[in-house]
Amino acid sequence: MPTNAITIDSISKSYGPVNALASVTFDVGQGELFGLIGPDGAGKTTLFKILVTLLLPDAGRATVSGLDVVTGYKALRQTIGYMPGRFSLYPDLTVGENLQFFATVFGTTIEANYSLVRAIYEQLKPFSSRRAGALSGGMKQKLALCCALIHKPDVLFLDEPTTGVDAVSRREFWDMLKNLQAQHLTILVSTPYMDEASLCDRVAFIQAGQILAVDTPVGITSRFTKPLFAIQSDNPYELIQTLRQGPFTDACYAFGDSVHLTGKPGTETGQIIHYLSTKNMEPVTVNRINAGIEDTFMELMRVN
Amino acid sequence: MDAIVTTKLTKRFGDFVATDAVTFTVGEGEIFGFLGANGAGKTTAIRMLCGLLKPSSGEATVAGFNVYKQTEKIKQNIGYMSQRFSLYEDLTVRENIRFYGGIYGLSLTNIRQKTDVIVAKLGLEAVADSLVVSLPLGWKQKLAFSVALLHDPKIVFLDEPTGGVDPITRRQFWEMIYEAAHRGTTIFVTTHYMDEAEYCHRVSIMVDGQIKALDTPAGLKKSYNTTSMDGVFQILARGTSTK
Repeated sequence: MPTNAITIDSISKSYGPVNALASVTFDVGQGELFGLIGPDGAGKTTLFKILVTLLLPDAGRATVSGLDVVTGYKALRQTIGYMPGRFSLYPDLTVGENLQFFATVFGTTIEANYSLVRAIYEQLKPFSSRRAGALSGGMKQKLALCCALIHKPDVLFLDEPTTGVDAVSRREFWDMLKNLQAQHLTILVSTPYMDEASLCDRVAFIQAGQILAVDTPVGITSRFTKPLFAIQSDNPYELIQTLRQGPFTDACYAFGDSVHLTGKPGTETGQIIHYLSTKNMEPVTVNRINAGIEDTFMELMRVN
Repeated sequence: MDAIVTTKLTKRFGDFVATDAVTFTVGEGEIFGFLGANGAGKTTAIRMLCGLLKPSSGEATVAGFNVYKQTEKIKQNIGYMSQRFSLYEDLTVRENIRFYGGIYGLSLTNIRQKTDVIVAKLGLEAVADSLVVSLPLGWKQKLAFSVALLHDPKIVFLDEPTGGVDPITRRQFWEMIYEAAHRGTTIFVTTHYMDEAEYCHRVSIMVDGQIKALDTPAGLKKSYNTTSMDGVFQILARGTSTK
């Protein structure tokens, strides 16, 4: 039994002049819920396709459940479940027929592995005779997840399952993932939503085909070492413009109802308050804060 | 004059009421966040406001024009962009600007001037003659927004404009929104990023076709006794149709 469910060693892939993946290396442990976090075009889908044996890497080596993604692809496909970013079930088959189809393709039955999908599939039961193409977005997603699980895979690959999904449904989806993890599945999930990183055991940040960092959510934010401040005023747009001119400013971005200012080393709260008062930006509140996941991603993006 | 006024605006599809007697007003130069869960009825409402779908009942004016009778006038006075479709990927940056300028009846001289301004402002000099398909998503979205503003519309509708965009570009995009609003353009925007809801002047939250809340972000957080717009959304947005 290998200790790592997924090993990725110096994987590279180019599409013509475009370097989609530049020597990507990281491992995912058995039973881990691991997040691949990065914006569209970062290389997430390319990496997924290589790991699920749908695309050959130009260089490097990767294994899933100890099987090589190039030489062991046939056996590997039996041990993984894959939910692509685009809805890929049969729209003109019903909910029940889709699940039946995927069970049959993998040489199993719905009954054999029903325990794994029960919690999710029960929610679809009232619609089991509806065609998949006529389901709402949220239900399509749940059905796709059931179809990816019905052969009881060891490793589950979910490519941007929550993209374009509202904040409430996203939270429900993550609850489902936690339940699956409790049933000893290893899960690699990609997302462009930085807030979802904190729900993973470990995450890898990916940007322009490069891994910026691999760590626990807490470990990743501890890499942000510059002084960071949350600043609020009645006019956030003017506040940003003013702060960007500040002599102490390294970077400055809107963050919800605040502006986050990354200061040069040694910057103090009083300095910022004083500067803003000379610019007639009052009243303001300035607080020193710890960096979040998104602060850290942006900082790593800027320095790389 | 208000940019958008709706009174009991309703759309039924058979027995299903997609937009249910929606009443609200959006002021000129306002950034109005139009939030709701998937399937809550946002897209149907937006299509009616853009003159693409005839309402079943109720009233609405957009830029002063009636959504039943003056749909062509509405289309001339609004801009629209979404994450899914905005630019032609097999045309270059310049060709897209020229194409949309032509659609909106701008003169060639005007199109040329605007092309230079957009290319310079977005720093696209090196890729101005490259196909749009080759651009990173963030650049595409900034370009699509500029193109949606090409004919100086009074109102621009942005349907999930920042989905999947990296966090720095997402913020640059919002700074473009603020600039446009500052010049008097009304912004009507949907998003699934709750931090972006905080950037709007006012926010409405749609549930099962109805507007369940409408206020400033600060007002909503106070009313629902929570510290973030995500908190407000989690309390309100769970309707029956999306379960």
